Amino acid sequence: MTFKTLTLTAVLALGTSAAFAEEVRVYNWSDYIDEELLSKFEEETGLTLIYDVFDSNEVLETKMLAGGSGYDVVVPTADFMQRQIQAGVYQKLDKSKLPNLANMWDVIEERTSRYDPGNEYSINYMWGTTGLGLNVNKVKEVLGDDFPLDTMDLVLKPENMEKLATCGVHFLDAPTEIIPMVLQYLGEDPDSSDPDVIAKAEAPLLAVRPHIQKFHSSEYVNALANGEICVAVGWSGDVLQSRDRAIEAENGVEIVYNPFAEGSLMWSDQMLIPADSPNPDGAHQFLNFIMDAQNMATASNYVYYANGNKASQEFLLEDVIGDPAIYPTEETMSNLYTKSPYDSKTQRVVTRLWTKIKSGT
Amino acid sequence: MRRALLIAVPYVWLLALFLVPFFIVLKISLSDTELAIPPYTPTLDLSQGWAGIKDFFSQLDFENFVWLTEDDLYWKAYLSSLKIAVISTFLTLLVGYPIAYGMARAPAEWRPTLMMLVILPFWTSFLIRVYAWMGILSNEGYLNQLLLWTGIISTPLTILNTNTAVYIGIVYTYLPFMILPIYSSLERMDESLIEAAEDLGCSRLQAFWLVTIPLSRPGIIAGCFLVMIPVIGEFVIPSLLGGSGTLMIGKVLWEEFFSNRDWPVASAVAVVLLLILVVPIVLFQRNQQKQAEAEK
Repeated sequence: MTFKTLTLTAVLALGTSAAFAEEVRVYNWSDYIDEELLSKFEEETGLTLIYDVFDSNEVLETKMLAGGSGYDVVVPTADFMQRQIQAGVYQKLDKSKLPNLANMWDVIEERTSRYDPGNEYSINYMWGTTGLGLNVNKVKEVLGDDFPLDTMDLVLKPENMEKLATCGVHFLDAPTEIIPMVLQYLGEDPDSSDPDVIAKAEAPLLAVRPHIQKFHSSEYVNALANGEICVAVGWSGDVLQSRDRAIEAENGVEIVYNPFAEGSLMWSDQMLIPADSPNPDGAHQFLNFIMDAQNMATASNYVYYANGNKASQEFLLEDVIGDPAIYPTEETMSNLYTKSPYDSKTQRVVTRLWTKIKSGT
Repeated sequence: MRRALLIAVPYVWLLALFLVPFFIVLKISLSDTELAIPPYTPTLDLSQGWAGIKDFFSQLDFENFVWLTEDDLYWKAYLSSLKIAVISTFLTLLVGYPIAYGMARAPAEWRPTLMMLVILPFWTSFLIRVYAWMGILSNEGYLNQLLLWTGIISTPLTILNTNTAVYIGIVYTYLPFMILPIYSSLERMDESLIEAAEDLGCSRLQAFWLVTIPLSRPGIIAGCFLVMIPVIGEFVIPSLLGGSGTLMIGKVLWEEFFSNRDWPVASAVAVVLLLILVVPIVLFQRNQQKQAEAEK
């Protein structure tokens, strides 16, 4: 009897401690994965997956810098990641545990290695561009049939914005995306961290500010789909998800995504393991699972973002790999620009400018 | 001995839940930013003993508070928060007083039910109730659909993402904090005082103005403070219902903390906010004390 009780206690104790060790906590962007993959991961590995979401790099960064977040895998954008690596937030990947690294696409790896030399810390999850999400019919109704639908003039010329305000315009609430865009429009270096150059973005933004309904980084997905707004400066895949929601709702709203003809910002979201991850082994298993060609293709087919996985391309749907809004043509690719992180002084200038644009003070 | 223990309890409470967190925030507000975990310096290193502590204190300074005076953003945000708080407190009073009055004048057997109706919404998550307002106030929302259907308006009103929506949200959320103290002071009122006033030649309105309002004043003051103090620091309602132009100190704090990663300046903003709030809180305390003494 005593013996039995003892074993039972031991088993219970083992069971609970095992349950703790076998959890993987992932912190990813909202609307950014096919949820079937989550249960598939649990089935294949026997690990319990806890999946949380965020919608701004700033929130993620603050959690990382505070330390002890409890997450095993997080997904910052590359420029934010570069600074976080410097702060010592992440651990180097154990590449021996990641055989699927062989699937990755060298073109994208070359670009991300500017932020993470040698890709020692991170793998690419998705990449995309920042451009225009449009409710085609409403925009044509307001601006006329012949107005080009891929220029920054559409959202940065006050006379156009005044008309578009009648059907609603959202901008991303992300100064690190919008300010480089305005600089590109003005013919300045979008990657500049010179306060005098950044200040030039102020006047054009203030001029269109009265016609912008809201600055928000995730609401536009639904707002575009249900016809509440007609223009959003947003992320490629989010706009395409919005297009699909409108098709599902059969509400007659037709959404398109266009990168800017003047050149769009290219960003990439990277997966990393925090230095204080409670389960780095499980984290590696998750990364390796994501880099599986079929899994990565499932994710891209669902969220409409391009990925950095060469081997996944044969499993991609035609309307993903064949859509230049997702996998841009060579010509658009050469037109894309990237951005490096701001140092803390420049960041303060940028945030201050952003507050001024949003609130008028 | 027992007496000392009894007195100690509230002080320990105050120390653990107010003073210790306050000094932590104050300490961060005197630090400098750094790209590390945590993102500020210096941190106390006790392994070096006395020298470490001295070194720690020598690195603290007030430059973040000086910074707050150099940019007009901060005082404008404080003022704007104060303005929103004052206006919404007034609106809450305007809506809450008649409700409290009606409850206090209702037949005694109805009052528990009415009380329940005021408290009941609290059982639903605050966040869900604010999200519900987004559904009501949006351009395609229920309110606009109703108004369009009845023909009162021909184009949808833009309410969501404006200050109007913020006021609606605040009044709705904080209404019970206004109703309950006013109700409790009205309920205790002796109704024969009104009869006496009317006997002495007051009209009903005069009696209300000269008797009822002064007698319910403690409730009005308590309700106003209970609404105004938390509204000044409100963050959730303006960020969900307000537009990008709604400037409030809670939002500025968020930006310092998240966008600039500048915990020291964010902490300095919080310390100043606390100092601003201390004034009404002290006034409130005084009022409570006076009232307690008057009742003795």
